[in-house]
Amino acid sequence: MDSRTQEFLEHVQSGGQVESTDWLPDEYRRRLVKFVEMHANSELMGVLPERDWILRAPTLQRKLALTAKIQDEVGHAQLIYRVVEDLGKPREQCLDDLISGKSKFHNVFHYPTRTWGDVGVIAWLVDAAAIVSQKALLKCSYAPYARIMKKICWEESFHILHGRDVILALVTGTPAQFELVQEALDRWWEPLMMFHGTPIPADEDPMYVWRIKSQGNEDARQQFLEGYVPQIRELGLTVPDPNLRRREDGVWEYTEPDWDRLMAVVSGHGPASQERLGFRRLSRAGVEWVSRVVLAEAA
Amino acid sequence: MTPRVFEVFRRERHGQPFQHAGSLVAPDQRFAEIYAREQYGRRQESDALWLVPREDIHEIVEFPDEFDLKYRRVDGYSIKARLKQARERSGSPPRGEPLGLEETPEAGP
Repeated sequence: MDSRTQEFLEHVQSGGQVESTDWLPDEYRRRLVKFVEMHANSELMGVLPERDWILRAPTLQRKLALTAKIQDEVGHAQLIYRVVEDLGKPREQCLDDLISGKSKFHNVFHYPTRTWGDVGVIAWLVDAAAIVSQKALLKCSYAPYARIMKKICWEESFHILHGRDVILALVTGTPAQFELVQEALDRWWEPLMMFHGTPIPADEDPMYVWRIKSQGNEDARQQFLEGYVPQIRELGLTVPDPNLRRREDGVWEYTEPDWDRLMAVVSGHGPASQERLGFRRLSRAGVEWVSRVVLAEAA
Repeated sequence: MTPRVFEVFRRERHGQPFQHAGSLVAPDQRFAEIYAREQYGRRQESDALWLVPREDIHEIVEFPDEFDLKYRRVDGYSIKARLKQARERSGSPPRGEPLGLEETPEAGP
């Protein structure tokens, strides 16, 4: 490692931040682009499971709230792709790589949404897991990314409210409605436990070493468990893991997820991966005329 | 027309400074306004927005001080030792830090 890179590393490891106009080591830029691009992809792909439920939402109020959440997520994708663009990768290329399967998106968006219970679990718990990661990104060494995260976290907090409200309505409803939530939780628990990634020690995680992330994967998962398992249980719901328990020292023990399965899911072999990518391809081709008209109009 | 990058600055409340919020790509100012409203104002989180085409921002980052003009800086004034001396001379009782207008200015505004 040359002295300039060493100096950069020391700067970010002591809490320093950098701007898009600063010199960045090649490895840092490469890892940063990959990380931020995957985040943007996830925001964009993350709207598809929920989109399926706009027309089937039980009330007009729910329909509006869900549509607003989807608008937020697409907005996040736009903001985050801007960060990638300023790092040198054009948005069009990001979208090409996404639909060709070259780049990845988060595991939780590779699963189908079977019932309205899924919509509640996604907005409450998937967004809660996401907010744990995103709050840690407020301290990201790359300042432009950290700045937009402020707005993103703020909007995610509305989604958790919306999700909790959906869940509360169901668990206080009929036994069938309660069962709808429990059944959704049973299916979503494994993807949720995989969400923060393998428990690689922070010091061996290049994303942490460069301070792109400000915490290790296991720290994030522990935070999620600590914050949300009690909330799930107080509603009378059962977490579908017989080994889940909080030790006296405050550490949560759980059944180790199948990490090979996580790798398979995020590389396009999840239950809904191909369907989602297919839809994204279709919609990209379908709206191509819009950008042509807009650009002609503005000319 | 090729899309341009607009930097967005937002103000949360009247009387506060504008702060950089992010950027957007738009083919012209009209579209930039629509996008900025959607991205940074649809929840009444901003009281005003500034949109600046990126190429209109001129950044200055180097502030050389070849002659080490200390009298322009806080560290150019070492009042403490002389103040102590003056107090001793006049027979005033010793005090802690200087008060009121004698206070050291902050490093920045």
